[in-house]
Amino acid sequence: YFYVFRAIDEDRVIKYKAAVKIQRWFRACVVRAYLRRLSKMATLIQKWWRGYLRRKHFREIVEKAYFIKKLNFYNQMAVRIQKTWRGYYVRKNIHNFYALKKYLNAISVNNELVRSELQEYAEMKENEDKMKDLEKKEKEKKYQARKMHYLLSTEQIPGIYNSPFRKSPDPMELLLRKSKPLTHRKQQVKNPFAYQLYDWPTCKKPPAFVTELSLLPTDRQKPQGPFRDPAEVMWQRYKPLEPTLRVAESSNSPPAKARKEWRNPIHDNEFLPFSSYHKNDEKYEPLLRRSGKYGQEAYGTKYFREVCPEKWIADKDFETFFPSIAIFEKFGKTYSNTGQIV
Amino acid sequence: NSGIVCLLRPLLLDVVPSIRQTAALALGRLADYDVDLAEAVVKAGILPQLIGALPEENRHYKKTAAFVLRAIAKHSPQLAQAIVQCGALEMLVICLEDFDPGVKEGASWAFGYIARHNPELSQAVVDAGAVPLLVLCIQEPEIALKRIAASTLSDISKHSPELAQTVVDAGAIAHLAQMILNPDAKLKRQVLSALSQIAKHSVDLAELVVEAEIFPVVLTCLKDSDEYVKKNGATLIREIAKHTPELSQLIVNSGGVAAVIDCIGSCRGTVRLPGIMTLGYVAAHSEDLSMAVIVSKGIPPLCVCLIEEHEDHIKAAAAWALGQIGRHTAEHARHVAVANVLPTLLDIYVDTRSSEDLKMKATLKNILQKCTYLPALEPLLHEAPLNIMKHIIGQFSKVLPHDSKARRLFVTTGGLKKVQEIKAEPGSLLQEYINTINNCYPEEIVR
Repeated sequence: YFYVFRAIDEDRVIKYKAAVKIQRWFRACVVRAYLRRLSKMATLIQKWWRGYLRRKHFREIVEKAYFIKKLNFYNQMAVRIQKTWRGYYVRKNIHNFYALKKYLNAISVNNELVRSELQEYAEMKENEDKMKDLEKKEKEKKYQARKMHYLLSTEQIPGIYNSPFRKSPDPMELLLRKSKPLTHRKQQVKNPFAYQLYDWPTCKKPPAFVTELSLLPTDRQKPQGPFRDPAEVMWQRYKPLEPTLRVAESSNSPPAKARKEWRNPIHDNEFLPFSSYHKNDEKYEPLLRRSGKYGQEAYGTKYFREVCPEKWIADKDFETFFPSIAIFEKFGKTYSNTGQIV
Repeated sequence: NSGIVCLLRPLLLDVVPSIRQTAALALGRLADYDVDLAEAVVKAGILPQLIGALPEENRHYKKTAAFVLRAIAKHSPQLAQAIVQCGALEMLVICLEDFDPGVKEGASWAFGYIARHNPELSQAVVDAGAVPLLVLCIQEPEIALKRIAASTLSDISKHSPELAQTVVDAGAIAHLAQMILNPDAKLKRQVLSALSQIAKHSVDLAELVVEAEIFPVVLTCLKDSDEYVKKNGATLIREIAKHTPELSQLIVNSGGVAAVIDCIGSCRGTVRLPGIMTLGYVAAHSEDLSMAVIVSKGIPPLCVCLIEEHEDHIKAAAAWALGQIGRHTAEHARHVAVANVLPTLLDIYVDTRSSEDLKMKATLKNILQKCTYLPALEPLLHEAPLNIMKHIIGQFSKVLPHDSKARRLFVTTGGLKKVQEIKAEPGSLLQEYINTINNCYPEEIVR
């Protein structure tokens, strides 16, 4: 029995251990299966969760990507537009080649115009100068001819310029025939305060007030001496005003400048007391309308209507129908003619 | 000198007026002749006596007194200062208010000589209230008075912008502009010089002068027979053109450039100088304007100036003007190069006798940097010194890689051989250019 019971005990232990092993193994398998199931479940949950999250963000990502793509596209298109616009703008406004060409052509045309106008102007000035020179020469020649009028040829004696060996007289001869002989210049009375502008600034000529006294007229009666000393006369003439106390200014009165107005007169021509002193200044200039070769025509002073009997149709002068004006009949008859009774 | 001044002094206080006048005239002539005599006159204290009783004297005395003051003031600023200090300016203003044109002329001539020396004296003249009276003098009918008044205004306004502004405020510009049409040559000289002195200071003054409608009348002055009228007219245009591109544009539009070019062509000597500078200023502002100058046939007269003239400053001005024309783009440089002026410029540059301002290195460099016209650059290659050579080779190295015909031409004319002969430090710009050129050609030719 002992051995059978020891064998059964040992069997029992072995069978117990084997049962434990099997149970251990089986529990391990269960646990493993359970763990595996757990992990599978966890994976499932995580899978679903992550898919859900990604799907949620996916829309946003897609939208963003779409937006970026659109933006890039728009950018490219915008660059294309800006490129063409900038080219157009620069070519039209900032550096317009054709406008520049036109402008330069216009400038050259304008330059040509300006050059031609300036050329014309210069030529006109030259012509004017030449004309002035010619006129001066003509005037010189005419003056010479007038001075030498006595060289004109007469009936008997041919003049210098009218030599008998020539076919026609010299142009000088013709000029002499046309010119009027020069009269003597009346002696000019030089006003001692005569105004000379062009000599003054350089002071090349001595001033008139010192050297030239007015020349006295030759037909004057010589004044009889004795004469006073010139210094005395000058002193008396230029003696300064010494007013009496009654009319003297007070020391508070405004200074001499206030009296400037009557001290500096409007002009410096001295006052000559009689009109006969002025008579040498005024030269009578005859009217041009009536002057002929040998003096003034009488028309206008002696008679007022020309009478040509050859031109009369009937043999009578024309008659006036209207009564003559009374005042005109009295012309020249109103006053006595230097004492004679008219 | 032998006490003459002391002898004349008591005669100035004589009773008889004609003696006073003659004594003053004698003093004036003495002072006019010599500086020392003028100083003696001032030192002897005659001036207060001369001008003391001036308002009551008659017009001849006033004329003589003005003559004396003018004769003293013209020699030096110190003498003019002495005149101002003894209170002569108020007396001269009284003379300017007189009715007689001769007196006015003497007074304004004296003012002109005083104001000429420096800005302080001009300011003193302006402070004495002379400017409105001078503007009235300009309107008088006598030509001599107008001339003197215009020259006095010119002397006053030349020193500073404020003085010029004072002259403008007195309304001078309108009257001066009207007198440009006057046929008298000396008057035109003075008027143009007055306007140019006013216009030179600032843009606003120049615009005021232009608004007085002087264009295109001023261009007729450029065709006048008198040399100095042409010179002053060109000076006026130059002072207006130099300020802004708009003013230069105005001048170009009214055909001024053509007139100036003709003027340069017809004159000789210093008279040309303002015209040359005008072209330089107009071309400097922008490339359109410089193209306008080229189109108006501006380059040939400038080349002629450069070759013909002997004076250094005129040549320098012509070189500068050509540089301004050519520096903008390749087109401009090509026009300048075609006129065959680059060798002349190079000769002037290389010539050891020419002065510093003539060696317009900047001119040559500016033109060369834009010049792509190779046939003109070829002759320069053989003669240029090293620093110019750098630019020339640079230009070749820019053009040759792209143009095969030019490459062939370069070899046949011996340019490539010349390039090989140049020794340059390795690593310098010159060496790089040479390498670029050598790379255009196959190896056998290079060796």
